[in-house]
Amino acid sequence: MQRSFLAQNPSVMWFLAALGLFTVVVTLLAEGTGSSVISTSFVKTLGKVLCLCLIAIAMDVVWGYCGILSLGHFAFFGIGGYSVGMWLMYARTEAIVETSMASSVIPPTPGEVQDAIAAQIFGVVGASEFPAIWMFSHSLVLQLLMVVLVPGVLALVFGWLAFRSRVTGVYLSILTQAMTLALSLYLLQNDSGLRGNNGLSGLQNIPGFDHLPQSTVSIVFFWASAVALGAGYLLFARVLSGKMGSVIRAVRDDEVRVRFLGYHVESYKLFVFTLTAIVAGIAGALYYPQAGIINPTEVAPIASIYLAVWVAIGGRGRLYGSVIGAAFVSLLASWFTGGGAPNINLGFYTIQWTEWWLVLLGASFVAVTLFFPGGIGSLFDRLKGEAK
Amino acid sequence: MLRIFSLVIALAWLPFAVSAQELQTLLQSHRDVIIKPSRKSVGPVLDTLVASGLPTVPGFLEAWQDKSIYLRAEDDLFYVGTTGGAGLVLLDVETGAEVVAGIGKKDAKQIKPNGGVRREIGSALVAFQLSDPDIARRTQALDALARALDPAQLGPLVASIDGEPDAALKARKQKLANYLQARFGETPTIRVAAIQNLSSDLSVEGRAVLSQILETTTLVAQELPDGTNVASILTPGEGGLARDVAYQMLVDDHDLPARVGPADIRRALEANLDGGTVGGVPVAQLDSDDMRLRAYDALVTEGAVPARVDAEAMDAAFADWGFYTVYVESDPTITEAAETAQASVKTRVGLSQTADIGMDAISLASIYFLAAIGLAVTFGVMGVINMAHGEFIMMGAYTGYVVQQIVPDYTLSLIVALPLAFAVTFGAGVAMERLVIRWLYHRPLETLLATFGISIALQQLAKNIFGTQARPLTSPGWLDGAWVINDVIQISYIRIAIFVLALAFLCLLLFILKRTRLGLEVRAVTQNPRMAASMGINPEKIKILTFGLGSGIAGIAGVAIGLYAKVTSEMGADYIVQSFMTVVVGGVGNVWGTLAGATMIGGFQKGVEWLNPSNTLAAQTYMILFIILFIQFRPKGIVALKGRAAGD
Repeated sequence: MQRSFLAQNPSVMWFLAALGLFTVVVTLLAEGTGSSVISTSFVKTLGKVLCLCLIAIAMDVVWGYCGILSLGHFAFFGIGGYSVGMWLMYARTEAIVETSMASSVIPPTPGEVQDAIAAQIFGVVGASEFPAIWMFSHSLVLQLLMVVLVPGVLALVFGWLAFRSRVTGVYLSILTQAMTLALSLYLLQNDSGLRGNNGLSGLQNIPGFDHLPQSTVSIVFFWASAVALGAGYLLFARVLSGKMGSVIRAVRDDEVRVRFLGYHVESYKLFVFTLTAIVAGIAGALYYPQAGIINPTEVAPIASIYLAVWVAIGGRGRLYGSVIGAAFVSLLASWFTGGGAPNINLGFYTIQWTEWWLVLLGASFVAVTLFFPGGIGSLFDRLKGEAK
Repeated sequence: MLRIFSLVIALAWLPFAVSAQELQTLLQSHRDVIIKPSRKSVGPVLDTLVASGLPTVPGFLEAWQDKSIYLRAEDDLFYVGTTGGAGLVLLDVETGAEVVAGIGKKDAKQIKPNGGVRREIGSALVAFQLSDPDIARRTQALDALARALDPAQLGPLVASIDGEPDAALKARKQKLANYLQARFGETPTIRVAAIQNLSSDLSVEGRAVLSQILETTTLVAQELPDGTNVASILTPGEGGLARDVAYQMLVDDHDLPARVGPADIRRALEANLDGGTVGGVPVAQLDSDDMRLRAYDALVTEGAVPARVDAEAMDAAFADWGFYTVYVESDPTITEAAETAQASVKTRVGLSQTADIGMDAISLASIYFLAAIGLAVTFGVMGVINMAHGEFIMMGAYTGYVVQQIVPDYTLSLIVALPLAFAVTFGAGVAMERLVIRWLYHRPLETLLATFGISIALQQLAKNIFGTQARPLTSPGWLDGAWVINDVIQISYIRIAIFVLALAFLCLLLFILKRTRLGLEVRAVTQNPRMAASMGINPEKIKILTFGLGSGIAGIAGVAIGLYAKVTSEMGADYIVQSFMTVVVGGVGNVWGTLAGATMIGGFQKGVEWLNPSNTLAAQTYMILFIILFIQFRPKGIVALKGRAAGD
């Protein structure tokens, strides 16, 4: 079965091979393995890009294949990041507190340790007690479960409410955008229990692995991201092949007709929405330990819109298209905003790309939507067409 | 008028001319007290001086208070002295004319009353200041009086009320006199009457007077002393009094044994370390509260540390002692009256606050309405979702800003800016419709994305041109200030102006859509474009005009919002989601729907803010959650179109 699935979908095989090759090459050239051609920070950037590719695939499935333009998937991404971040921050602070308390005359009680950790973490927002949502933060396993469960349940409830009352199209987009706006506004409050606009920081330090240098940690996360991306790609390729995939695509093309044919459209949509939300959560959980910090601006509505931009530029309705779009645009963005691009001197005015990059992105986005609706991914189709 | 005024002045100077030497004579008769005044002796002298009614008395008192009265050795008379470049200059106390200049310190003795005396002089002066002919000085004196209510000033204040020519100041005097009487009136009857007057007074000052009368202290006693005016009896562990706090009061005031907290236990254990064990417990085992208590109790039996006070001991102590809140004011009739008055004030303040919140909600709703109405036209009528609408608002605001840089007069610049903003954004909207949107009419989701691309680009362009810092859009002077209804309800004129503007646009749009040829054609194209086209309407033209109109209104909204908030490149983004919510909640394609949506969202947001005033972020969060739920139950909005116009 497995063989025939891959044989039926050569693009999946090509993608996995390319991803594997990329991972091996980056590993061999990375600082962590001694050759130092690629710096640790760039390995982290590449690892983050892989996570963004994973959420872009999820976005592509929900938008490009199922026709639901969700402008809220970054909320799930952020929730995944916050879930892992809570454990990272708790465990690391616990280690610090225990070290500092070890020198005291009388060994500390568990209560005292808890209080000290809480004071450390929540000092910035003027609180000194653990809010209820941190109740599982001591346990990595429970927090990892939250990475999957919280986005899953949230998407399930939200999707059920929305699809049940047949909110579709533009309305649904606005509603999902409202959802992520509500989440980011909630997180911005100091009494949300997640440190307000300070967010969670120091996530790059993995508790229990303090002896490993960041160069090694970055490689490990890069691999984890690559494996997650590969697995996610495979998962979605499986979901979209066969009868189920056909129904999902049919929902995108004509929802009413699919309903008349006797399919329960809402269930399919809900399934796709929830599954992609969970994958987005996993992508976030891998992304933020590499980024080192998460704060409420990460889940602002604009982030989810950029996600749609990547997928549109990469090419909707093609899994590899979304990967290319996310990788291409996010790397290009870091090149432009990082000052990598040379400024253009027009004589009377110098175009500084740090200032003009967004103008370029916006304009090219309009251009892609108008003239190039297939995105970069459609280039492959043209190549294929010429080969025939 | 002028004649009357000069007459008054002439009359005021008349007694001065007649009694040219009276003040000096009067002063001489109280010579000893004036030279060496004490707080006690100065009172009668001041009374005599004030009672004399001489116009020169205030000037003398001020100089006296200012330590610039001198006794000249040569003739033993009082003079006002000033120290200028030429040394000490003596002036006549009556006429103020210069008598002698540049005399030495030995020739005249400076009179230096001490602080207490100067305060007495000051309150005697208040009487004069309160009836000073200069209104500014009277206001000043009243302000000083209001800052620190002093019982001594009640008399002069009451005396000055009748002669007060200014109505507003007279009212203020009466109010202050009432405050003074409420707090320091001579008999309980007077005070109760004054307090009852306060029950309709919403001002902060009046409320402060009531709460000062009702000031309480906490009293811990085994038996209540006679004559205490008890406000309430407290039970430790209930209401506002925690058990720990109550017990700590007993410890502080009545020498009961102190409680031993976890930190105390820890300190005691550390202090009593004995070669690796404390109270027989090895140190390594002290990592739980139970073991620590056991070790501590062992220390207690050794007598090394004080015993712990457990819950039973606390209960026993609480049984012995009573906890009371006691009014500082000892007369129960007065506190009762004040409680009644305060309750009535609270009800009134609550009502006024509700009204105030209601007005805030209306003004917020008008801002949302202005921001959303343009969108309602483009989105509702054409089904085009324009994510760059917020940037049109921003464009309008920046247009206003640029106009203000060129036209310095704020009123004129506003008059220029409003149509100009409309024109600029109308043009931008038409350009966008022609270049981008018309290719995407059948792909609404892609319109969303393309217009979003435009929005990113416009936002960044504005940032590149105007910089990241907020630009001010100054409102004309006649829009400054606020309409004050009472001490609680007030609303700024800008918000009223925005409300009026919103109302104007509501009427204008309704007129255009319902009463003009253009409106008829727009409605026709909305309902059935093909049929409209076959009836001779040019749908392309209508779409351009509609889109331009919607964008133009966004520009005007931008000027209005800029007046009330700052102009930044991100201001549009702040409103775009709310605007869409407004349109969606209200019901697409209907001006009344947008109005209903804006009212509901504004009202709901202010309502949540009222419940939790410190947290506007929470208000927005709940508002969005509410909208998400609302859409579930009325997916088509409050005012849903029916029949064929609803489309699908």
